[in-house]
Amino acid sequence: MKPTDIAAPDYFHKVVDCQWACPAHTPVPEYIRLIAQGRYSDAYMINWKSNVFPGILGRTCDRPCEPACRRGRVEETPVAICRLKRVAADFKDDIKQRLPKPTPRNGKRVAFVGGGPASLTVARDLAPLGYHCTVFDGDPEAGGMMRTQIPKFRLPNSVIDEETGYILGLGVDFKGGHRIESMKALLAEKYDAIFVGSGAPRGRELDIPGRKEAAANIHIGIDWLSSVSFGHTDKIGKRVIVLGGGNTAMDCCRTARRLGGEKVTVVVRSGFEEMKASPWEKEDAIHEDIPILNYMVPVAFKHVAGKLIGVTFQHVKAEYDAKGRRNLVPSGDPDQTIPCDDVLVAVGQENAFPWIEQDCGIEFDKWHMPKVDPKTFVSTNPKVYFGGDAAFGPKNIIWAVAHGHDAALSIHKMLSGEDITERPLPDVQVSSQKMGIHEWSYDNDISIDKRFKVPHRDKVVALKDIKTEVELGYDVKLALGEAHRCLNCDVQTVFSTSLCIECDACADICPMDCITFTANGEEDDLRHRLKAPSAHPDQDLYVSSDLKTGRVMVKDEDVCLHCGLCAERCPTGAWDMQKYFIEMTHAGSTCPTKSRSAA
Amino acid sequence: MTYIAKPKFHHPGLKKNDLGYTHRDYEGKISTLCAGCGHDSITASIIEACFELSIEPHRVAKISGIGCSSKTPDYFLGNSHGFNSVHGRMPSVLTGANLANRDLIYLGVSGDGDSASIGFGQFAHSIRRGVNMTYIVENNGVYGLTKGQFSATADRGSKSKKGVTNTDNAIDLVAIALQLGATFVARSFSGDKTQLVPLIAAAIRHKGASFIDVISPCIAFNNHAGSTKSFDYVREHNDAVNRLDVLVGRDPIAVDYAPGTVQVVEQHDGSKIALRKIDADYDPHDRLGAQTFLARHAAKGQIVTGLLYVDPDAEDLHAHLNTVETPLNTLEADTLCPGSAVLDRINASLR
Repeated sequence: MKPTDIAAPDYFHKVVDCQWACPAHTPVPEYIRLIAQGRYSDAYMINWKSNVFPGILGRTCDRPCEPACRRGRVEETPVAICRLKRVAADFKDDIKQRLPKPTPRNGKRVAFVGGGPASLTVARDLAPLGYHCTVFDGDPEAGGMMRTQIPKFRLPNSVIDEETGYILGLGVDFKGGHRIESMKALLAEKYDAIFVGSGAPRGRELDIPGRKEAAANIHIGIDWLSSVSFGHTDKIGKRVIVLGGGNTAMDCCRTARRLGGEKVTVVVRSGFEEMKASPWEKEDAIHEDIPILNYMVPVAFKHVAGKLIGVTFQHVKAEYDAKGRRNLVPSGDPDQTIPCDDVLVAVGQENAFPWIEQDCGIEFDKWHMPKVDPKTFVSTNPKVYFGGDAAFGPKNIIWAVAHGHDAALSIHKMLSGEDITERPLPDVQVSSQKMGIHEWSYDNDISIDKRFKVPHRDKVVALKDIKTEVELGYDVKLALGEAHRCLNCDVQTVFSTSLCIECDACADICPMDCITFTANGEEDDLRHRLKAPSAHPDQDLYVSSDLKTGRVMVKDEDVCLHCGLCAERCPTGAWDMQKYFIEMTHAGSTCPTKSRSAA
Repeated sequence: MTYIAKPKFHHPGLKKNDLGYTHRDYEGKISTLCAGCGHDSITASIIEACFELSIEPHRVAKISGIGCSSKTPDYFLGNSHGFNSVHGRMPSVLTGANLANRDLIYLGVSGDGDSASIGFGQFAHSIRRGVNMTYIVENNGVYGLTKGQFSATADRGSKSKKGVTNTDNAIDLVAIALQLGATFVARSFSGDKTQLVPLIAAAIRHKGASFIDVISPCIAFNNHAGSTKSFDYVREHNDAVNRLDVLVGRDPIAVDYAPGTVQVVEQHDGSKIALRKIDADYDPHDRLGAQTFLARHAAKGQIVTGLLYVDPDAEDLHAHLNTVETPLNTLEADTLCPGSAVLDRINASLR
């Protein structure tokens, strides 16, 4: 193999698995260290800069970082990154003074369709640069799906008000209750740019017999949640069936439990394991006495005299064809009818752009989705940008934020007369953490604690009031324990070939047997000659140039604990622990466009 | 030294031996030696050898004297018996322990100061008696604990870190061991684990006095130009006569080397060693030949490594003395002390 180019910004970025997996690339280990030091406000600001909604995401994020967390490959469970983010939000001081100050307007106007996470991220990035941002939303308050679709017992209004407030406080105009009905009309208002962050607002229908006849008791999940959120709906029948296996279904069933549903059942077509809902959301639902029945396909709504009495299901089983594709085929068991008073349909969401006229210069593809560039987020109309669910269909808040940053950068570049396809490199800093002979500026003593559970409110109390938050969040002590579980993957092991005397000290001390000195070879061959087997080929090998004996140093990054013992035991300083800090370029940060080395 | 404990986590895919242990289970405390010390590599090699032989840790007694090398038994086999004895007195403590309980595996760990100076006589007599043990000298040629004076194994003409030339002749412990009748004699280098690990494993399996001289560079005081025990010097002058490529139970794997280059040595307990010859003329069963070979190469400044001599049919001290087979601690009181009538009979027979 060729010597690893550690100057390429991506190499060390990939080692920080959590940050690499996060769509917004939040510097996770950095803020976790700050939490451990009790510097909650600093931890919050790092998050705020990167993901805009730390308090909201700390409660609701889909956590792509956690399955990626290296700790999950070392022991059973990853670090509770998401809930630590909430800790930063819960314990911070007043941070208003740290927010960007409103700046004089630069004369450019940007309109936003929809006031959800994507639009608010773009506005957050553009407003401090002097853009006059106007956000239109059909709902009276900002937040979009964060406010309307996520139940209050998971995400209280106070958190949404606070974090949307920080953005609107930057001088962003919010026009609540003002639904945009015509793109053409909006274009006619001569905005310099338009950002569409209108989400995926339409719940998918379930068109099976009885749907029309029993319509009074069959509700579309996201519409129903939104109606609950605004207080228009405050009760439901005693027996409720929720159809669907995503997070919306989980929110529906738990909400139903709080509005009078005594016997709430979730029924999914697929197997329990394949459900789209996050495992922890399934756990929370089950904890609230909601059974989840699987491999059952709804075939008809049963009704008598226009009143729903139950749902009939066909039992199915999974069969796999030669290509490994799954088909659900009838299992042969007789159909089953589950009696109920109400049904909530949460079988998916769709985009809908009835308000975008055909002659706006915005082209749509065969799935009726706008043609959007995945890097710049521009549509076929160079002034109109899309982001969040509106761009590529339903995803999660953190994706909307990531889209928003990129779209904001594009809009800023376009309105500065620059080429939007030229994307600036991220800002990278690498610095040694050595403080003394065996002293590092980070805590390298590895904690062996198991993941700490987040305390929950007593179930009896929680189920009584729909606005009572179920999760209480970590207290300071639990947060400190959980923060110590972080392996500091951003503190990189950096190897200098010229200093190595091949004494083997690093290979001997390494608790994870990551380091091997051996003859060079092709990657596949090398992976078979490592001291410990290489289980994850997607994890890079760090290969040195030729050493004095003709061998090379090969380090499998996979399960490195970043404990720094290799560097402590190295007599010549050939190993050093260096903190790698990468910040994605947002609109308005100095845009270094020329390529340069990281280290 | 390092202030944090070595993390308990280990690689999820670590190999396990017949006992279900990983090599991490054979570790001891974290080393307090200087970073990069050759001794730590020898520690790692002992751990690896015991792991590969699937040795039960409680069946090992590790005994040492004083010095950097004699500290190392604390860093391996944390669940074994140990005795950190007086300076240079490891061989007699080991001999005593061995006589009392022949069922344990004895690892004597010593250094060039401990064995070639203060304990030179002790070393000589334990070898001479054929105590069943693995005697490892971690040889760095300097007194590291007292800041790097030449030891008795430092080569004449080699230079200290301050540039002083050594004017004394060196003791070659391997040559002495051969002369005193050790039945397994080897030399290796801490920086070459592929050679060292199988040598230690074979020595542990050997019944009789096994002696391994391991050149182990002292990073702090003896790893400079002018030293003959530095990483660079040993790598340049290493003249390996053979390599133990395989040592697998009773059934060595056939290795695909040219015919005639692999020599299988069967030891007393039936275990087999496959030796890959590097020097075609070298015969590890010829004690006299080995002595001459060593002397000739030493004169040329070469460091001969490998398995230098082995007597597969060796006997140990217990056989010489015709001792009881049962360890003393499991003998009943009336067997250990048969009473005054028996003593009277013995006394009468001597009159």
